[in-house]
Amino acid sequence: MTTPPPRVRVTGPARRPIVSARRGAGEEIDADTSLGELYVGSLLRAQLRLAVAVLLGLTISLGSLPLVFHLAPGLAQTRVQGVPLAFLILGFAVYPFLLAVGGAYVWRAERNEKAFTALLDAGPEDDEPG
Amino acid sequence: MTLDGGQAPGIIAVTLVVITTLALGAWGLRVSRTTSDFFVASRSVRPGLNAAAIGGEYLSAASFLGIAGLVLAFGADMLWYPVGWTAGYLVLLVLVAAPLRRSGAYTLPDFAEARLGSRRVRSVCSVLVVAIGWLYILPQLQGAGLALRIAFGAPQWLGAVIVALVVLANVTSGGMRSITLVQAFQFWLKLTALLVPLVVLVAIWIGDGAPNPDDVAATGNPDVWSLPLSEAGGPQGLYVTYSLIIATFLGTMGLPHVVVRFYTNPDGRAARRTTLIVLGLLGLFYLLPPAYGALGRLYAGDLAAQGQADSLVLQLPGLMASGLLGQLLTALVIAGAFAAFLSTSSGLTIAVAGVLSQDLIGRLAPGRRVPGIASFRIGAVIAVLVPLLGALSSPDLGVARAVGLAFAVSASTFCPLLVLGIWWRGLTDVGALAGLLVGGLGSGAGVVWTLLTVRDDGLLVLLSQPAAWSVPAAFVTMVLVSRFTRHRRSPHVNTFMVRLHTPEAVPLDRG
Repeated sequence: MTTPPPRVRVTGPARRPIVSARRGAGEEIDADTSLGELYVGSLLRAQLRLAVAVLLGLTISLGSLPLVFHLAPGLAQTRVQGVPLAFLILGFAVYPFLLAVGGAYVWRAERNEKAFTALLDAGPEDDEPG
Repeated sequence: MTLDGGQAPGIIAVTLVVITTLALGAWGLRVSRTTSDFFVASRSVRPGLNAAAIGGEYLSAASFLGIAGLVLAFGADMLWYPVGWTAGYLVLLVLVAAPLRRSGAYTLPDFAEARLGSRRVRSVCSVLVVAIGWLYILPQLQGAGLALRIAFGAPQWLGAVIVALVVLANVTSGGMRSITLVQAFQFWLKLTALLVPLVVLVAIWIGDGAPNPDDVAATGNPDVWSLPLSEAGGPQGLYVTYSLIIATFLGTMGLPHVVVRFYTNPDGRAARRTTLIVLGLLGLFYLLPPAYGALGRLYAGDLAAQGQADSLVLQLPGLMASGLLGQLLTALVIAGAFAAFLSTSSGLTIAVAGVLSQDLIGRLAPGRRVPGIASFRIGAVIAVLVPLLGALSSPDLGVARAVGLAFAVSASTFCPLLVLGIWWRGLTDVGALAGLLVGGLGSGAGVVWTLLTVRDDGLLVLLSQPAAWSVPAAFVTMVLVSRFTRHRRSPHVNTFMVRLHTPEAVPLDRG
């Protein structure tokens, strides 16, 4: 009992079959290579493009209203069924509009993420593991 | 105005709200065990419940009382407040919801430190969170004083003290886990408390022949009331409106009590869905206050002239419906108003207490390690006490106005920090610091000016509504200074971007 038995590395079979010597997309990202940056960059740009599109739409639709009302004061006073147009837009119509835009955004953003996940699963060499 | 002898329903209503709030909090206490429960409800709140809690927390005295009063006094122009407060959630959804949740930080200062790796930026953010939080709690407490004075002729300080005590009891006992339940309950209470009286009041209005509120010349010119730019008119009115739009659209994402809620979502996808439900709930709620404002034109036109527009929601049921019906409806709106004061103050107290306990109390006693929950409780006491003293000593600001200033500060500081931090790798600690200072000092000057005086004629409007220039100034400063200090970019920025933007299901190194 004076010399302990030499240490042995305990190993098991690989949980996932090793597909190829080439690195998967996830490893490219983890290793912060230029290819990995390309993957993340494409997702980031897609999400940013989507965000900018929504904000641009919001600016043009809602953001232009004060200017429109300023330039055409008669427009705001126009009554629809007795309700002044400004009240109708700012008090009612705007909320379903915002909700619809938000819903469309969530749908598109999740689709972008699904595309990214699928891209990583497929890997750079296009052969599915397993 | 005091009700003619029939104060009992109102007193019972306020008591019920307080007791239910405390009971739900105590029940939540039984499931609150860890520090993580305390700060973020262990990040396991379902989107539906979480969205109601966010709505409950967000709909403050300014929404419940302020909007109706502003619409009564100033007309359609003031509809931009609720529109901005809702659209702010859309901007938040699009720019920060999922990445903020994925960042894995507890508070805004945590986010700043994780992204930029700078203790100094963290400290500045902590100061800003506390400042915005206090600026926001103050009008809630003042609103509570107003509500009790209107309802029972109670002294102004009583409502503020009651709200402060209930908030402290709830926050220090159960933390975030129990507050989530309380907030969700209070959203539905607030909605009911505006909707049910409104249905009755509209019935009375139809019985009176449904006169058009727009035809009434109670205060000023009836033509002006329906105009969306009536208050100041001309280029100045246009500036005020756009400044308000910028402050509310961009300020929502940086409010401390809004941000802290995002960490209670299980993942980024849930954070997005939660925000979407919030958009729907807010849209539902904000249909109601302008209707009170419009009915107020017909039945309570003199309130605006007396400078009591903020009390419109509380007084209108009593003015329109007589006898027991009027008393019961008044009791209901008072209950809703109290729910508004309690829920918003609770959310803000949690956010401010979280920052105080992490960054102030933790640092004051570096040797003696204060246990997490104990320092959170000390932080909560400080977080409530300071605005309470402010509310008792300062004159009434007008709830929507004070809250508007909190939005302007948030839009000028945290909005650029979050947007650039999330979407631009180039942001450096020095750039962020410079931008925070420019935006904070610019909008802060506006706050100080408004607290000291009410003059906003001519060019002074630039100070009373600072967002339109202070927000772009903060953005430009952050970008320019970051460009000149490229060498200070965080070395971990790429890993951090992976963490912010990739779905959690993908197995990646997130730092």
